[in-house]
Amino acid sequence: MSGPSSGCGFLMSVVVHGDLALNEQEKELNQRLKRLYPAVNEQETPLPRSWSPKDKFSYIGLSQNNLRVHYKGHGKTPKDAASVRATHPIPAACGVYYFEVKIISKGRDGYMGIGLSAQGVNMNRLPGWDKHSYGYHGDDGHSFCSSGTGQPYGPTFTTGDVIGCCVNLINNTCFYTKNGHSLGIAFTDLPPNLYPTVGLQTPGEVVDANFGQHPFVFDIEDYMREWRTKIQAQIDRFPIGEREGEWQAMIQKMVASYLVHHSYCATAEAFAKSTDQAVHEELASIKNRQKIQKLVLSGRMGEAIETTQQLYPSLLERNQDLLFMLKVRQFIEMVNGTDSEVRCLGGRSPKSQDCYPGSPRLFNSPVHKASSSQTYQTGTAEVEMELDHFSNGVSESSSNGFLNGSSTHGIDLEECDGDMGEIIIWRQLCGGSQAAIERMIQFGRELQSMSEHLRRERGKNSANKKMLKDAFSLLAYSDPWSSPVGYQLDSIQREPVCSTLNSAILETHNLPKQPPLALSVGQAAQCLSLMARTGSGSCAFASVDDYLH
Amino acid sequence: MFRRVNDGVPAGGPFTHQRVIYALVCLGWKSFPLFPGLKLPSLPGQVDELQCLRRWEAGLCSPSRDFHRQLATVREVTATSRHYVDRLFDPDPQNVLQGVIDMKNAVIGNNKQKANLIVLGAVPRLLYLLQQSSSSLELRTECAVVLGSLAMGTENNIKSLVDCHIIPALLQGLLCSDLIFIEACLRCLRTIFISPVTPVQLLYTDPTVIPHIMSLLSRSQHTQEYITQIFAHCCKTPEHQMVLFNHGAIQNIAPLLISPSYKVRMQALKCFSVLAYENAQVSMTLVNVLVDGEQLSQVFARMMQRDKPIEMQLTAAKCLTYMCRAGAIRTDDNCIILKTLPCLVRMCSKERLLEERVEGAETLAFLMEPDIELQRIASVTDHLVSMLADYFKYPSSVSAITDIKRLDHDLKHAHELRQAAFKLYASLGSNDEDIRKKITETENMMDRIVSGLSESSIKVRLAAVRCLHSLSRSVQQLRTSFHDHAVWKPLMKLLQNAPDEVLVMASSTLCNLLLEFSPSKEPILESGVIELLCSLTQSDSPALRVNGIWALMNMAFQADQKVKVEIVRALGTEQLFRLLSDPDTNVLMKTLGLLRNLLSTRPHIDQIMSSHGKQIMQAVTLILEGEHSIEVKEQTLCILANIADGNTAKELIMTNDDMPQKIKYYMGHSNVKLQLAATFCISNLIWNEEDGSQERQDKLREMGFVDILHKLTQASDPSLCDRAKTAMQQYLA
Repeated sequence: MSGPSSGCGFLMSVVVHGDLALNEQEKELNQRLKRLYPAVNEQETPLPRSWSPKDKFSYIGLSQNNLRVHYKGHGKTPKDAASVRATHPIPAACGVYYFEVKIISKGRDGYMGIGLSAQGVNMNRLPGWDKHSYGYHGDDGHSFCSSGTGQPYGPTFTTGDVIGCCVNLINNTCFYTKNGHSLGIAFTDLPPNLYPTVGLQTPGEVVDANFGQHPFVFDIEDYMREWRTKIQAQIDRFPIGEREGEWQAMIQKMVASYLVHHSYCATAEAFAKSTDQAVHEELASIKNRQKIQKLVLSGRMGEAIETTQQLYPSLLERNQDLLFMLKVRQFIEMVNGTDSEVRCLGGRSPKSQDCYPGSPRLFNSPVHKASSSQTYQTGTAEVEMELDHFSNGVSESSSNGFLNGSSTHGIDLEECDGDMGEIIIWRQLCGGSQAAIERMIQFGRELQSMSEHLRRERGKNSANKKMLKDAFSLLAYSDPWSSPVGYQLDSIQREPVCSTLNSAILETHNLPKQPPLALSVGQAAQCLSLMARTGSGSCAFASVDDYLH
Repeated sequence: MFRRVNDGVPAGGPFTHQRVIYALVCLGWKSFPLFPGLKLPSLPGQVDELQCLRRWEAGLCSPSRDFHRQLATVREVTATSRHYVDRLFDPDPQNVLQGVIDMKNAVIGNNKQKANLIVLGAVPRLLYLLQQSSSSLELRTECAVVLGSLAMGTENNIKSLVDCHIIPALLQGLLCSDLIFIEACLRCLRTIFISPVTPVQLLYTDPTVIPHIMSLLSRSQHTQEYITQIFAHCCKTPEHQMVLFNHGAIQNIAPLLISPSYKVRMQALKCFSVLAYENAQVSMTLVNVLVDGEQLSQVFARMMQRDKPIEMQLTAAKCLTYMCRAGAIRTDDNCIILKTLPCLVRMCSKERLLEERVEGAETLAFLMEPDIELQRIASVTDHLVSMLADYFKYPSSVSAITDIKRLDHDLKHAHELRQAAFKLYASLGSNDEDIRKKITETENMMDRIVSGLSESSIKVRLAAVRCLHSLSRSVQQLRTSFHDHAVWKPLMKLLQNAPDEVLVMASSTLCNLLLEFSPSKEPILESGVIELLCSLTQSDSPALRVNGIWALMNMAFQADQKVKVEIVRALGTEQLFRLLSDPDTNVLMKTLGLLRNLLSTRPHIDQIMSSHGKQIMQAVTLILEGEHSIEVKEQTLCILANIADGNTAKELIMTNDDMPQKIKYYMGHSNVKLQLAATFCISNLIWNEEDGSQERQDKLREMGFVDILHKLTQASDPSLCDRAKTAMQQYLA
């Protein structure tokens, strides 16, 4: 748990200061927040990271990156009380949320309140005094639950103490901690979207907030562990189907339909047999889909399109967008050197194909095989050296991209280093063949005109436009694989194409375009994000991924 | 046993011998010999049959038709049971094996069948087969399995098995090399040893057993589970702890804390909790043990994480508590203050099972008993003080109506819960005044204590009086809530007739209630407490003697002449002087304190000294001459100073040949306290404005006291210096 998590994708405000220490602190903050609240989607619901300079009463002063709060009013009467809210409300998807406040100085009287309040609650007050406002006060240790009179709650607190406030968004309660010790439930039935809030009332009062910038004094992760276990036990114990076997039969059906959907026909057959179920699709039809899928997944798009047109003649004609998508993928595969059209033109068979699970055995001539197996015999050290050489050469010669003539150079290189390792061949445009490149360029032009044609006939389609633009962008780089758009060349990108095509075929047979299994997984994920939006905190501890692995 | 049965059976009658057999069965006769030719009519396996029989025997009813029908069914069952036993005697070993296997399948989960087989004498035969080296390993193993299955039944089954000497037989079996057989024996031993009816001592009778069992720990996960479970149940005394400790229990069991099996981890943890309990040597060793490079306290702390099973959290917290109390871990260590304490507080919460709440509260009370900081933290953690109030709400009124099972469960735990809560309150309030206030302000707290003092359960009474004692250390509570609730009444009642441990607590509480500012002092005095306290001073228990004399001492403080006379009369000078030579210093100190309190204000001093002066002066001389601590001597000199303050009593010192010399000696003592007390004494003797002061001054001057006083005016200690100067002024005036 304590290791640095890799996901620190949102280093947004960091670089502004350029301060190294601050940078470190931001990084630590991001890491800790990611670890504590993995279910929170910060695009939708950002976490509180500091006090808001806009959402405060004028008697409040902020410093130290808006983490330190000091009182700057007269502090004569309760009318001089002043509060500040955090920048954002607490997202429900936290499940359990926690922040700490250290009392730097109790000032004159130590009338400090720590707590929560909703947006719009009067800031000329201490937290807890008004509706939708909750606080724990240092001078008397009382808790204030939307009321001017407090209830005896905990000990008093003063200079040097660290007070923590924990909101449980599952049962909508709140408890406080003092110097790492839990003081017990203070509030129940809390409303959603509360902001961390502190209030001060006499001169000299200074407090520092910790929204995750530093390790917490209280072991909040231990508390979260308890709730994660509770929620998961709740899920595990969820009552399923009254009647015996009903549940099992449904699961079996889902599994079977999933297997059929993805055309694992042998497995589907065996599974159906052993669980005594009927398959709702002809075996031949499954096999056809399987064939097409295999072609797509191995990058042989041209053949895949052809086979689809043969087996399902009207499908692509009626669905021009799908055809366009397939063709764009074909273009990408051409760049990749995997499409059958370019491979026939003298490219080598990319070995990596065989690594792809479910890809068919190579049907090409054994010549390819021989050549590829030959290349394996080259020493690796040499290959690496050559690789350096090669990439140097390309980057020097092709500052303006491939189309401006560096191709010749590349091919020359390829020719003189004929015995180079597999890796290098794999990473050459269109498999390194000039003819293939020409074919690819021609294909690209066809694609362009198809796109224009589509636009004329059916109006603008931004998805299509972006798809084409991304695909063409590959040519703008000397080494498309390591370019920012290089991800398109990854074989994993074939999967969505494959499943879209598969779904389209199934739809023509009046079969569901998504298997119920995938549907329910999707539904569960959707449900969780809906829960996050509607304030059900338990979504924090029930990630779908936890159950898929 | 047999005789008793015979006596109980009326002679003659239609079914005499059958009834004898029935009765034997009823009374738990185990291996009834199978007389050839004696046909057992039937055997009752159920209580209602037995009751029916008893009623019949008592002449309360005649055998009903129903009874005859029951006899018929029982007869059938018995026939099959007998068949199983008969097969154990088959000459063909293969048939015997098959017989045992069939028996195994027949008894699983069938308590009636188990009882039948035991009655029919299967156990000795099975043990015989198990011990025979000529038996095949398979047969021996199956025998152990069947015996293990029989042990899973009722407590009576266990008793029968133990009476057949199954334990030595199984322990012997552990010497075999075959793992499967060893596991079967251990499993059966485990089942027997975890039963409350098995005498734990049987594990330790043969000194070679423990080392051998220890060596079996490495054999398999099963041996680990069974052995640790046996140890965890059989380690009940400090001797047991030391036997296990000396045979390497710690080194052997520590690695099991990270076993892949939860059961093994859990049982190993339990072993450590029983080993470390009030055992400094074990605890000190534990802190230095590393498991997979990690300190044991870290391992325990990890086991207290909140996602771990409650049983594991609680037991780990116990281990750390015991280690802390034994001084192996400091009370301000984070693993105590931030982990163990909060974990135990959580165990007291309403969400936990009643058993867990009892254990949690007791362990927490034990953990923080000596440490005020822990008490302060616990008192603000998770509303512990009000959380405990819930312990008094069982059985709840709801459970009584709605759910009989729940009511039964609640009733069983109600006493335990109450005593645990009282203990925890006692521990919480033992030092801090604010916490005591918080406790007494908890709903109905004082009423609960008052009713707890007169509960039938000794455990509850003891805990309640402990709680009261803890709260009685508060001046404020003594003045208010103690008086308002007249706690002295049940307390006095408790003192009339109670076991020593309750008496110690109750009398100690009484001491506090008799402090001069306590409003309860008056009514207690009127209730004739003096006799009671005097009788306590004659107890064999030093603690009771101390409390008795202490209470009298408090009572005598600034008391009326009447009370003082009454104390002296009731106690008797003889007892008073016996207490002055008590071997317990505490008793001596409090007795001196009593004397000092008795000898205050002039008329009282003169009155008591006129009647008991001789003995008192003797006692004072004796103590001043004897080998005693500074505190004792100081107290004695203070008594002397009080005597010197009397009008007539002064003369007892002045006319004593030795006493002025002794005072002189202590004025020159190296200890300032003694010098001060002795100077006080002289100062009282030479005080002006009193009859005969001039003579005394002259006499003492002759004895050289002026020189000494003069010297003492130069003393470095300011109070001694002042005192000497004041005394000198008496001469100058």
